[in-house]
Amino acid sequence: MGLESMSLTLVDKLWNAHEVQRLSEHRSLLYIDRVFLHERTGSVALRELELKQRKVRVPGHVFCTMDHIVDTTPGRSDKTLMPSGEDFIVATRSSAHEASIRLFDIDDPDQGIVHVLSPELGIALPGSTLICPDSHTCTLGGIGALAWGVGSTETEHALATSTLRVERPRNCRITLDGQLPPWITPKDLILYVIRELSASGGQGYAVEFAGSAIECLSVEGRLTLCNMATELSAFTGIVAPDQKVIDYFREREFAPSYQHWDLAAAHWADLKSDPGAAFDRDIRLDISHLKPQISWGISPEHTIDASDLIPAPADATSAEQYSSWAKAQAYMQLKPGTRLEDYSIDAAFFGSCTNSRLSDLRFAADYLRRSGSRVAPSVKALCVPGSGRVKRAAEAEGIDEVFRQAGFEWREPGCSLCFFAGGERFDDGSRVISTTNRNFEGRQGLRVKTHLASPLSVVASACAGYLTTVGPQS
Amino acid sequence: MRAFSEHTGVAMPLSEDNVNTDIIIPSREMRTVSKSGLADGLFAPWRYLDPDSRELNPSFVMNKAIYRDASILIAGKNFGCGSSREHAVWALMESGFRVIIAESFATIFYNNALRNGLLAISLHRQLIEGLFTPLRNDGAAETLSVNLDVQTVEVGAMVVRFDIDPDAKQMLLEGIDEISLTQRNAALIEAFERHDREKRPWIYLTD
Repeated sequence: MGLESMSLTLVDKLWNAHEVQRLSEHRSLLYIDRVFLHERTGSVALRELELKQRKVRVPGHVFCTMDHIVDTTPGRSDKTLMPSGEDFIVATRSSAHEASIRLFDIDDPDQGIVHVLSPELGIALPGSTLICPDSHTCTLGGIGALAWGVGSTETEHALATSTLRVERPRNCRITLDGQLPPWITPKDLILYVIRELSASGGQGYAVEFAGSAIECLSVEGRLTLCNMATELSAFTGIVAPDQKVIDYFREREFAPSYQHWDLAAAHWADLKSDPGAAFDRDIRLDISHLKPQISWGISPEHTIDASDLIPAPADATSAEQYSSWAKAQAYMQLKPGTRLEDYSIDAAFFGSCTNSRLSDLRFAADYLRRSGSRVAPSVKALCVPGSGRVKRAAEAEGIDEVFRQAGFEWREPGCSLCFFAGGERFDDGSRVISTTNRNFEGRQGLRVKTHLASPLSVVASACAGYLTTVGPQS
Repeated sequence: MRAFSEHTGVAMPLSEDNVNTDIIIPSREMRTVSKSGLADGLFAPWRYLDPDSRELNPSFVMNKAIYRDASILIAGKNFGCGSSREHAVWALMESGFRVIIAESFATIFYNNALRNGLLAISLHRQLIEGLFTPLRNDGAAETLSVNLDVQTVEVGAMVVRFDIDPDAKQMLLEGIDEISLTQRNAALIEAFERHDREKRPWIYLTD
């Protein structure tokens, strides 16, 4: 075997390191290092195991949080607006207790959104495999974990056997050259990638993000980037861990202790694609002139520069794109040739596994402080920190006061209005700008029109009262 | 898991790209900690004019009389994208669907379908268009026959072959309980752990 044929991608290496058994040419039995559950779909998996009288094989490697159904209003309890929400919460608590797995319950100071907790507590680690019954599990690729979302049945399998039977994804590399211009965030970057590649552009691939733009990103920025790999329909996204990532894990609760630290850090530093590794698809994009991105339609691929005109279906390049744009514009009540700034908003949502970490809150609070802006009177605005730790850290810096004084509600951690968790929803038909990851029809409430944007654009729009952003031009 | 070997049934077209799981079943329609009681919520955002009152949308394909007994769904690209909720598969199965033929599927949806005995077949657009006419000349809906063993979809004299991973095919044909199957290899998993623990001791949080 020649040297070149031995060159492996990062994902190949992680795959091989976790392969317990080859099942067919493209399927393997993979070892799963960590399973993270939440009360919406984790509850179903745990209950099914109980019904079949099966045990969680390694309870110490399984974690569970309450985020998908629990209310985010201050003073919350097990009760939710959704009448049956309490059933999920109570069932999850009882199953987690029965199975002896660590639960971050409603009153736990570390409770929060699953993909915010898992790096923050050192549950997901570089080079580890982690699954969760949630499509945004790809977020953890940001710290160099091989992590992906699965359904409840596969979750049961992972709980009962510490393994999964998985079809091997093909390798794709997206190299992002250049440095992000000032005011441009990782969220703008990933929205741009989805717009360029389409909502199915990553299908069948594990996507490794590389290039100078990625090297410059903070660890939290990489989590935001990989969070939306599922919006490309990719198997997952990943960034090779570097020294920033290694340093990030020092003294995190479930990260390696001093006893194993040096060994782990050395292992992590080696986790990268070999020079000359073959990617089935290799894409390069120059992002040095990237502008703020805002979605206009009902798929994350329906995204434009904030200053662009709403595209005309007549300019579509295929019949499918024509019908997709026409349908999206009818739902979103937008006219081709108009600008996003022509549309007033009813609400602004700041939160979710995409953008609810401390760096997101700091960046937005900094803008609010400097500009002295306040939320427009007609806009309902809320900020939902991603976890108890994020919330406390933000409060220690006075960020909560900045948001409150600007006119934002300051909530308890959880998924909240990203998809009307707990039954809370925006008013029928309202137009919302959101730091979340999906602008699907009805996701945030009946006929609600969701525009995806960066934390900065969300805060700026909340204050302006219409869809806008901040940048050198404004 | 329900086994799948062959199926003949009425095909219903939903030929849009990127049909997401919030459309297949919205979060608010998943009311219990269970895999059932979901059929009513299937395609709720498109099927009902008002999801609260359940007033039917007469122009949505599922509400047309000729598709009342549809058991095969014909879809576009990237079917089932979005959330990992397996409820999307359970809701389709509970509503009588056994096969979905699409240009492509989102991976999580595909894997969920496989594990519930819902056969997801990817075919090129031209082949789908060749197989399937939304409305035949006689005004009836099209009926297709699917055979997993020989990997074919048939309509009249036309036969199209589809691909499926051999391990996945075996699971479907036999309706295998995947956990029992894997547990037969418990010794392999234990051997992996013994070896791996030496290389990555920090992963093993318990003795």
